[in-house]
Amino acid sequence: MILCIAEQRGGKLNRASWETVAAAQQLAAGQPVTVMVAGTNLQSVAAELAAAQVQEVITVENAALEPYTPDGYTAALKSAVEQMSPAFVLLPHTYQTRDFAPKLAARMNRAILTDVTAIKQAGGETAFVRPMFQGKLTADVVPQGPSPHFVTIQIGAYRADQAARSSSAAPIRALPVTLNATEIRQKPEPPFQEARQAVDLSQAERIVSVGRGIKEQANIPIAQKLAEALGAELAASRPICDAGWLPMERQVGSSGQTVAPKLYLALGISGAIQHLVGMKGSSVIVAINKDPDAPIFEVADFGIVGDLFEIVPALTNALKE
Amino acid sequence: MKIAVCIKQVPTRDWQPKLNESRTWIREQDASYEMNEPDAYALEESLRLKEKHGGEVVVCSAGPARVAQVIREALARGADRAIHVEDDGLASADAFVIAEALAGAMKDEQFDLILTGLQSDDQGFAQTGVILAERLNLPHATIIMEVQIENAATRVKRELEGGWFQWVKMPLPAVLTIQSGINQLRYATLKGIMAAKKKEIRKAAAPASTTPRQKIVSLYVPEKAKKTQIISGSPAEAAKTLVRKLREEARVIS
Repeated sequence: MILCIAEQRGGKLNRASWETVAAAQQLAAGQPVTVMVAGTNLQSVAAELAAAQVQEVITVENAALEPYTPDGYTAALKSAVEQMSPAFVLLPHTYQTRDFAPKLAARMNRAILTDVTAIKQAGGETAFVRPMFQGKLTADVVPQGPSPHFVTIQIGAYRADQAARSSSAAPIRALPVTLNATEIRQKPEPPFQEARQAVDLSQAERIVSVGRGIKEQANIPIAQKLAEALGAELAASRPICDAGWLPMERQVGSSGQTVAPKLYLALGISGAIQHLVGMKGSSVIVAINKDPDAPIFEVADFGIVGDLFEIVPALTNALKE
Repeated sequence: MKIAVCIKQVPTRDWQPKLNESRTWIREQDASYEMNEPDAYALEESLRLKEKHGGEVVVCSAGPARVAQVIREALARGADRAIHVEDDGLASADAFVIAEALAGAMKDEQFDLILTGLQSDDQGFAQTGVILAERLNLPHATIIMEVQIENAATRVKRELEGGWFQWVKMPLPAVLTIQSGINQLRYATLKGIMAAKKKEIRKAAAPASTTPRQKIVSLYVPEKAKKTQIISGSPAEAAKTLVRKLREEARVIS
């Protein structure tokens, strides 16, 4: 049996949960898939998940699971996973999963493979495909030791609409777990946003985005001029915003905004996975980078290999002609 | 306050990957190395906390002899001493093996706070700090953008997705994984580099038996998701061709 742990916050299902269901169904190849969700007030989330073609939906309800803490989730899910004894446990590779899943796997002494983009069968073994070395290399990895093996699925690697649905709703079952609230050491406060986002990059039709290749803040106007010539918004990868060269609200990637413009022009962006997840849904991607092996070219429709300080001004001029 | 900071040595950003003969790991002899970037931010945060609250900063690293380079660099930036769990097998080890090697060498030190980077630029597990916390039976929080110390507790700003944050409080001792950009990095001064030469690096042996939890069966250059049209020519020619293609083929500009 393949167990898929969905993610919800405040009764709202994280969409990446459906991507993980799709991955679980592919891995299962006919074996049963069970979906589990933890928290409080899970009725509507469970009903939503019951539309999936799965054996059953398991709810793990406990007052101590709200709000989320890694200690609470680890204790409750250890109890739940042990009762279910699955072969694999799949989770979406969200920040919340990153916070508790390694702890859960460590407490159970079981393998955990993170940020998986595909699943392969090779020589009678199941191998999990994951990026390494900032996306410069890809590895096929086989978990070792007894099951269950934990696997976290990269956001966007599977499509939510690929998850098979069933015409009849799957049964929903509440699973009691042992959880002692005094075990929970973290005291979380409510989530907040730093500042109202003045720039909504998700609505932009065209985006010019800059990365480390821009070298210094004084060079930002080169990209700015191109953005103006294209009628595009200016955006950046995380290191540029960390350095304060552009405001955080212009950051594209897992910790910033997710965008899907008609045209995304990446200048001097190598294409670390944290950036790619935020922009690979763009219709047309152009990459300009001096490194022909930069991972950004894996998702680009058009590429120019060369010095952005020569190419970008030439591009700005060509647009004016 | 006794602070530990765990650092990893990883290939430099401009390193061009070459594979070993079995295509299961990189040719290490071809790589040049540097401090993992998120770990550099964790180091900086530990130095700032020491400056504010007093105490000492101990650098901890698990890896082969070559990692002494990043340990010396951390000492030059201001860490007080170091623990090096030295073993050639740690170069390509998984997060369990690394965390267990670190935990073994760190457990008797009774640190008040342990910082790590949120993930490494080589294998990118994003697991080591969390597994280390579990092995040391300490509370943890991940992807941290601000650290406050209040009595025997810490209040930390945890980054959530899409521009959201959350403050979380927990008792000390605790383990925090630090996000890049939490602070502005300092560089080593000549004085720091000289002083580092006299600082203690305690060598520790890796645990006698460790159990890898994963095995790389194949390592390769990624397959392209899309067919990329690479446009060649001089900058002016390439720019003209690209503009024409965006207008006429892709029709994304007018």
